[in-house]
Amino acid sequence: MPIRRLFIANRGEIAVRIIRAARALGIETIQAHSEADADMLAVRLADRAICIGPAKAADSYLNIAAVVAAAKDAGADAVHPGYGFLAESAPFAGAVRAAGMAFVGPAAEIIDAMGDKVAARSAAILAGVPVVPGSIGRIDDIERAAQVAAEVGYPVMIKAAAGGGGRGIRVAETEEDLRRLAPQARAEAEAAFGDGGIYLERAVRAPRHIEVQVLGDGTDAVHCHERECSLQRRRQKVWEEAGATCLTEATRAALCASAVALAKSVGYSGAGTLEYLYEEASDSFFFIEMNTRIQVEHPVTEMTTGIDLIEEMLRIAGGEPLRLRQSEIRPQGHAIEVRINAEDPARQFLPFPGRVGALQIPEGAGIRFDHMLYEGYQIPPFYDSLLGKLIVHAPTRAEAIAKLSGALSGLSIDGVKTTIPLHQALAADAEVRAGRFHTQWLEPWLAGGGLTRHLEQEAV
Amino acid sequence: MTEIPSPLPGTFYQKPAPDQPPFKATGDAVAADDTIGLVEVMKTFIEVKAEVTGSFAGYIAEDAAPVQAGDPLAKVK
Repeated sequence: MPIRRLFIANRGEIAVRIIRAARALGIETIQAHSEADADMLAVRLADRAICIGPAKAADSYLNIAAVVAAAKDAGADAVHPGYGFLAESAPFAGAVRAAGMAFVGPAAEIIDAMGDKVAARSAAILAGVPVVPGSIGRIDDIERAAQVAAEVGYPVMIKAAAGGGGRGIRVAETEEDLRRLAPQARAEAEAAFGDGGIYLERAVRAPRHIEVQVLGDGTDAVHCHERECSLQRRRQKVWEEAGATCLTEATRAALCASAVALAKSVGYSGAGTLEYLYEEASDSFFFIEMNTRIQVEHPVTEMTTGIDLIEEMLRIAGGEPLRLRQSEIRPQGHAIEVRINAEDPARQFLPFPGRVGALQIPEGAGIRFDHMLYEGYQIPPFYDSLLGKLIVHAPTRAEAIAKLSGALSGLSIDGVKTTIPLHQALAADAEVRAGRFHTQWLEPWLAGGGLTRHLEQEAV
Repeated sequence: MTEIPSPLPGTFYQKPAPDQPPFKATGDAVAADDTIGLVEVMKTFIEVKAEVTGSFAGYIAEDAAPVQAGDPLAKVK
């Protein structure tokens, strides 16, 4: 049954985005908010708003009972969870459905299965999707380790079975290395964890983060092509693109086909993203995890494919079968999104909330700004620092970067520090322009003064 | 008596972790670069330095309380 009254269980720019998509479909919107968010943009735009609890997210946006009760009281027939907060909570999806409402996302069982790394890896292997090769379980003797490493392929990472957080990880380039390093790793693991068990995993060198957007209706599934999100700081994406120009046509086709195979094999319903590591040197990709929700960077896919992903999610949750055939999804040109965060790039990205002063937003063909701002808005300090996303679309990657530079110059948010200078520096950087980067590129670039040099040049 | 203000808006914590004692107790010596608490702002924890020397005279802001930039957090004699 089509959705008629949608409850939005999120905040910030994604809540605004969901309201706009719902409104275009003639759906009434009810916006949830914490006590600290009563004056946020989504509350002003929605047909109605309901307070679900105190500022602290654990007591409001993460409180399953409070959110479900508010949605039910408001007479909603569906709940959109956005991203973050309860978006990938199987108990939440289950509670929404148990209360007689549609959950805009997959079934609780699928969220559960894909949220567990081991289960997701098994599902991928079953669907024939490549995963990072590794030993099955722990290894206790060196001959077995050498045998497994030969099967997995060098270089291999040696990890402590009982470890975590990167502790005790060693990389062996050759069997000789392995025979020298594995005993060290075992001794260290024994000392640190009282368990000398190790396991081996193929080391992916200079990995690029590539992901594939999928849409499914529980029976059928299609992909909306790939994105590249290799520019990351502290594992947070800062700059995202569609498509991934580092891929050959053949690799791109194999990658996207693997994502559809996995989505179909689990009977996926809604919008989802499969994340992969891509190793350029060997032209190989490895599935790492699936996100069973809409992603922050979904607009780059929308710009290149012309598909409104939130609209498709709402239609699927309302019971419609997939409207799009794979052959109809043809990306055009190149899109880039940069995350505009309330952080001071000159002071180690210290969060810098404040009151929004004069606001200047660039406009034009192929320029989009998804955001949560208005002049006079007091940004609360309780949630993450994402203020908005500037997205550009142009025929080629080089033209998209040029358009991005222009759009960044036309964007100003008085009263707060933002990551705009970081993106200006990246757009001007020769390596970024050449597409020569990977997930471990940005942090050394920052540490090496890449941004500082740019800021100084600008000041001259 | 000097009041230590919050450098940022956010949530103030008197303790380094919920299961640990507060950074300072009344009567403790305070050096300028001593940490007297944490402010959580946009999911980031910032250490609050005393910036003054003296003897700790107690917290003003409660543990886990929302604070504005400039709000007094603690007193130093």
